[in-house]
Amino acid sequence: MAASSVEELLAKAEQEEAEKLKSITVQKELDLDFDLGNLLACDKNRIETRDFREQKKEDFLRSLARDNTQLLINEIWKLPTERVEEVIVAKLPEPTTRLPREKPPLKPRPPTKWEQFAKLKGIQKKKKTNLVWDETAKEWKRRWGYKRANDDTKEWLIEVPETADPNEDQFAKRVKAKKERVAKNEFNRLKNIARAQKVKTPGVGLVPKAQQSRNELAKAVSVAKVSTASVGRFQDDLPKEKPPKNSGKRRKFDPLIGDFSSEKQKQLDLLKTMGSKKPRLDITKAVNQQMREEDKEEAAAKRRKGGGKRGRKGNMTGKGKAGKAGGGGKAGKAGGGGKRRGKPGKK
Amino acid sequence: MTQLDNITKPKTRRSKRFLESRAPKLTENVKSVMIMKGGNTSQTITQALKDVYSLKKPNAVLYKKKNITRPFEDSTSLEFFSKKSDCSLFLFGSHNKKRPNNLIFGRMFDFHVLDMIELGVEKSVSLSEIKTSKCPEGTKPMLVFAGEAFESDNEFKRVKNLFLDIFRGPTVSAVRLAGLEHVLHFTAMEGKIYLRSYRCLLKKSGCRTPRIELEEIGPSLDLVLRRTHLASDDLYKLAHKQPKALKPKKKKNISRDALGSTLGRVHMQKQDLSKLQTRKMKGLRKRRAEMVPDKDMRTPKEAKVES
Repeated sequence: MAASSVEELLAKAEQEEAEKLKSITVQKELDLDFDLGNLLACDKNRIETRDFREQKKEDFLRSLARDNTQLLINEIWKLPTERVEEVIVAKLPEPTTRLPREKPPLKPRPPTKWEQFAKLKGIQKKKKTNLVWDETAKEWKRRWGYKRANDDTKEWLIEVPETADPNEDQFAKRVKAKKERVAKNEFNRLKNIARAQKVKTPGVGLVPKAQQSRNELAKAVSVAKVSTASVGRFQDDLPKEKPPKNSGKRRKFDPLIGDFSSEKQKQLDLLKTMGSKKPRLDITKAVNQQMREEDKEEAAAKRRKGGGKRGRKGNMTGKGKAGKAGGGGKAGKAGGGGKRRGKPGKK
Repeated sequence: MTQLDNITKPKTRRSKRFLESRAPKLTENVKSVMIMKGGNTSQTITQALKDVYSLKKPNAVLYKKKNITRPFEDSTSLEFFSKKSDCSLFLFGSHNKKRPNNLIFGRMFDFHVLDMIELGVEKSVSLSEIKTSKCPEGTKPMLVFAGEAFESDNEFKRVKNLFLDIFRGPTVSAVRLAGLEHVLHFTAMEGKIYLRSYRCLLKKSGCRTPRIELEEIGPSLDLVLRRTHLASDDLYKLAHKQPKALKPKKKKNISRDALGSTLGRVHMQKQDLSKLQTRKMKGLRKRRAEMVPDKDMRTPKEAKVES
């Protein structure tokens, strides 16, 4: 009797379990593939086209979706959970589907010249403190940077050493030395970067390239000509070689103590033009500039018309015309010429 | 110039952070989509683009102007936009007589086009037409792909990979169980793909796992596969290369034997056998004159420990 009642109890318990699970079980021919890291489920079962057309499409899709989602949720609920700030959270595993990256992975930086040497010699990097005790100021100052300790450019008193020239500016000497050190550091840094990226840097003069343009060749010729012991004075010209265009001093300054009368004359002329009422307008120069600008605008408009084709035609020509009219009007009025865009007038 | 090169250093912390976020990294940022329109678009297409934008917010950029390009012929314009906005996924919508209601989904590797898939929209129901309450923006959706075409056909496999890449959202280590609301269901049938988007309601069932009821929200699109431009095999492999640092470190000294038990090796120092504690047997005790050999002879160095 007891045995049968135990059996009955077990059967009842099983039935109850089955009832409970009925609502969440789904029958499928093939099991789904899950990638829980991506919350992904793949259903490989065949979809019968007959089923598809019998029911209404939306209902069929919805029931299919419901079944698949139920299976996915069942899998997710099997994951370990934890409580984070009153919220139950399931810990997801790593995603298994391989997806391509956005950008290629970073290559490790090649070592700099110093790093190579240090590795060779076995020199270890020593950790240094950020602050150093400065005796003169009696406080802790930075090792380098703004208001650093033991800054020799900021000293107010420098003793002139015995071996030095008494007229030499010791302060300027220190500042110049610092500038040279900074420039050398920057140069070495850029050389390290160029070596890392395998960019060709010029030793002296020009970068070696596969194809040179006409200007670059001319420049190369002039640089080569000047690189002799007597700086190109006794070098013959090549046939059809023109003298280099941008050589010589860029700006010419009058000497400080020169011809007093010519200086006086120049200054009086300046005062006269400043005092006169008539504007200084070089007519030929203004007209030439205006014509050049008009040609430029026409050429640009033609190029853009050729490239853009549709809807832009109207805009472009409208703008061009307005621009030209405005420009013409301006140049007609006084005070346009010398100031418009070109280089400031030379004396 | 969105490259952190040391020649021109960024002058502010903010610009430095911006450049660092765009630089190539070990674990990359979430991929974002740029959504753009072609020379001519129809109402269905603009609606579809807006719907995908709202699905993918905030990792999406919607361009308002029309771009007169043809991605399948010339992808330089797309690559330029991708470089400017740092988006590696794109969606290009257009409409003309030959290809009505056209959507081109694609992804980039190193700002060059990797894969492009052209789909035609046959029927669409937009977000605004279905009047139910929607899921909050930014919920990670559950993705379900149904249909054997996604496993058997090469092009469909790539389509599945691309859709997974586009719609999956950020990779998280844990997910709130009550927050699993959004489901995107893709069905492949007879060369067509049916995209449906549902909101799942977790109902009480007898046991811990809830019963699911679905409610349709969101865009529903019937897509037909048109042209594809898939990456060559070696480019595809190159795009999957992971840096070495990301590989999981193998725990050494753990092995499994044929019966399934885990084995490990314990290394011990050399034992002094004369001091070894063995069972005392009076009869075998050392006498003054005699020396009896030890009972156990163990190899000194190793002893396999079974766990």
